[in-house]
Amino acid sequence: MIWNAFAIAVREIGRNPTRAFLTVLGIFIGVAAIITMVTLGQGATIAVKAQISSLGSNLLTLRPGAGFGSRSASAGVPNFTEKDADCLGEQIASIAAIAPVRTASLSTIYLHNARSSTVTGTTPIYFQISKWNLADGRFFNEADLRSGSAVCVIGNTVRKELFDTGNPIGEKIRIGRASCEVIGLLATKGQAGMGDQDDTIIVPLSALQRRMIGKTSSHDISQISISAHDGTDSIALIAEITTLMRQRRNLQSNQDNNFNIFDTRQIAETLGSTTQLMTMLLAAVAGVSLLVGGIGIMNIMLVSVTERTREIGIRLAIGATAREVLLQFLVEAVTLSCVGGLVGILLAIALCASLARIISVPFNFNLQINLIAFLFSAAVGVIFGYTPARGAARLNPIDALRHE
Amino acid sequence: MNAISQFPLLEVRRLTKTYGIGDAAFQALKGINLTIQRGEFVAIMGPSGSGKSTLMNVLGCLDTPTSGSYIYEGIEVETLTSEERSLLRRYALGFIFQGFNLLARTSAQENVELPLLYRGISRKVRHEKAFAALTSVGLPTKFASTPGELSGGQQQRVAIARAIVTEPSTLFADEPTGNLDSVTTREVMEILTRLNVDRGITVLMVTHDDEVAASARRKIVIKDGIIESDTKPSV
Repeated sequence: MIWNAFAIAVREIGRNPTRAFLTVLGIFIGVAAIITMVTLGQGATIAVKAQISSLGSNLLTLRPGAGFGSRSASAGVPNFTEKDADCLGEQIASIAAIAPVRTASLSTIYLHNARSSTVTGTTPIYFQISKWNLADGRFFNEADLRSGSAVCVIGNTVRKELFDTGNPIGEKIRIGRASCEVIGLLATKGQAGMGDQDDTIIVPLSALQRRMIGKTSSHDISQISISAHDGTDSIALIAEITTLMRQRRNLQSNQDNNFNIFDTRQIAETLGSTTQLMTMLLAAVAGVSLLVGGIGIMNIMLVSVTERTREIGIRLAIGATAREVLLQFLVEAVTLSCVGGLVGILLAIALCASLARIISVPFNFNLQINLIAFLFSAAVGVIFGYTPARGAARLNPIDALRHE
Repeated sequence: MNAISQFPLLEVRRLTKTYGIGDAAFQALKGINLTIQRGEFVAIMGPSGSGKSTLMNVLGCLDTPTSGSYIYEGIEVETLTSEERSLLRRYALGFIFQGFNLLARTSAQENVELPLLYRGISRKVRHEKAFAALTSVGLPTKFASTPGELSGGQQQRVAIARAIVTEPSTLFADEPTGNLDSVTTREVMEILTRLNVDRGITVLMVTHDDEVAASARRKIVIKDGIIESDTKPSV
C-alpha cells in the first residue's frame, strides 16, 4: 500500500510540475537562507576568536594614561620605567612573564625602499607573551639584549615592503639612526580588528634606547606586557597590579589612575559574545525567511485545494479509502519537502563555501543547523501539504466531488 | 434460479436524507422504499430538486442517509464505516457522472487503470484490462489522450471504461448524457444498454430526459423526496 501510494504520489507530482516547483522553491529558499546565515555567522565568530587568541589570551597590557584609546589623557602622564616592570614581576605571584616595551615610529630603509614602521623595543620574553612564532631565522636573546646588539626581527608586512620577495635574513636595514641586521622573520598573524599585526619590527629594548632613538631619558618605557599563569583570575590580578602601580606612581587616594590595563581575554569575550549575538540575529532573519517560504507553500496548497478536493472525491468514488488518499498526499508532501530541503542544503553549502572565501572566514559544515533547517522545512511542507487534504478526505465522496 | 439470486440486489426501507439543521433543514428524501433486482436497468426521473440524485448518491454509497435501512447484497450498508464503504465501492460499484470526473492531465489509460491500482492489480494486467475496457467503449486509439484532448462524448466513454474495468455488479450513472449532444447521447446509451444486456450489469441511471429514460426497462419517478411512480416492465 505504501509503495502504491508512493507510485501514485510521484505520478501526481510529475503531472503538475509548476505546483511542485513552487513548493520546492519555497522550501529550498528557506533552508538555504537559514543554513548560509548561521554557518557564515559561526565562521565569523571562529575567525574573531582565532584572531583575538593570536594576541595572547592571557595577555594584559599596561599603558600610561587614563583609558584605552584616550590619547589626550596620556599627555603629560609619566611613562613607566624598567624598574616598574621588574617590580611587578617580582611582587605579583600570578604573573608568568613580564616584558617592558617601548615603541617608536621610525623610518626604515633597505636599498631604495623606505617606509615608516612602528619599532618595538623589548626583552626576549616578549615573543612568548605575545605568542609570536618564527617563520625563519631566530629571535634575539638575553645576550643581544645585554650588549644592545643592532639586530631585529621583522613582521611579514615589513618584509614584503622592504624586501619584496627576497630573503631578509642576514640583510642590514637602517632603522632610525642605526644599521641593524635582520635575524628573524615572524610567522603571519593577520588582521586583528586593531590593525595589521604583521606590520612590526621588534628589536632589543637596549638597542632601541641606545642606538636608534638617541638621547632621551633612556629608561622610560611606554608599555608593559604581562602574561598571567593559566587559570588566573584576571580581575584579581588587575586589582593587584593597580594597587602596586598606584603606590609606585605616588597616587593619592583621591587621584584617578594615570595608567590603564588592557585585558585581551575580556576583549575576546566581549567580541565573541557580540559575534554570537550577530549569529543569532542572522538565524532569526533566516528563520523568518523559512517561515515566509512556508507561507508560500501554504498558498500553493490552498490555491490548489479545490482541484485537489475534486481529485480526492474522484479517488474516493472509485474505491480508494480515505487512508490511501491521505497516504498519497503525505508522500507527495514529504517528497516535495525533502527534495526542497536537500536542494536547499546543497545550495547552502555552495553559497557558504564561496562566500566564506570572499569574506575570509573559515567554512565549517554544521550538521546541527543543516538538520534543524531540513527537519523544520520538511515539517512545514508536510503540515501545509497534508492538512488541507485531511479535511477533504473526511468528506463524503459526493461532497468532495461537488467542491467548488 | 439459485438461492443467492432470490435476494434482491439492493433494498431500502424508510430511507430519509436531511441536509442542514434546524430551520434551515431540507429533507431531500422523505422515506423511500425500493427494491432492485440483479440485471435491472432502472431510470430514476424527476424534476430538479426532487431528490433523485440524492437517492442515487446514497444508493451508490457516495453519501450517507440520515435514517432508514439499506441492504446491498445482504450487507447492511448503514452500519459500515467510511473505510468499508470505500471497499464496497471498490469491489462492487461503478460510477458515471454528468461532469465525467476524470483526473485532469492524466491519460485515458491511467484514468481507466486507477480503480485497478487501488485493487493492487499488477501493471501488466491493468494494462490489458484498460485496453479491453477502452476498446469496448469504442476508444482503442485514445490510450494516451488526456481529458483536455478528448471531446465530451469521448470523455464520457473513458469514464464508462473506468467504471466497468473492475466489472462491478452495479453501475450508477448520474445524468450520464447531461453534457452531451444527441448523437453522442445515443452512443453512450447504446453502450450502457449493451453492458446491461450482454454482461448483466445492473444499471441505475438518473436522468430528466424521456428519450434517454426510454432505454431503461424500469422507470421510477421521484417528486419531493418520495417515489411518485414506479413503472416495472411487463413480464
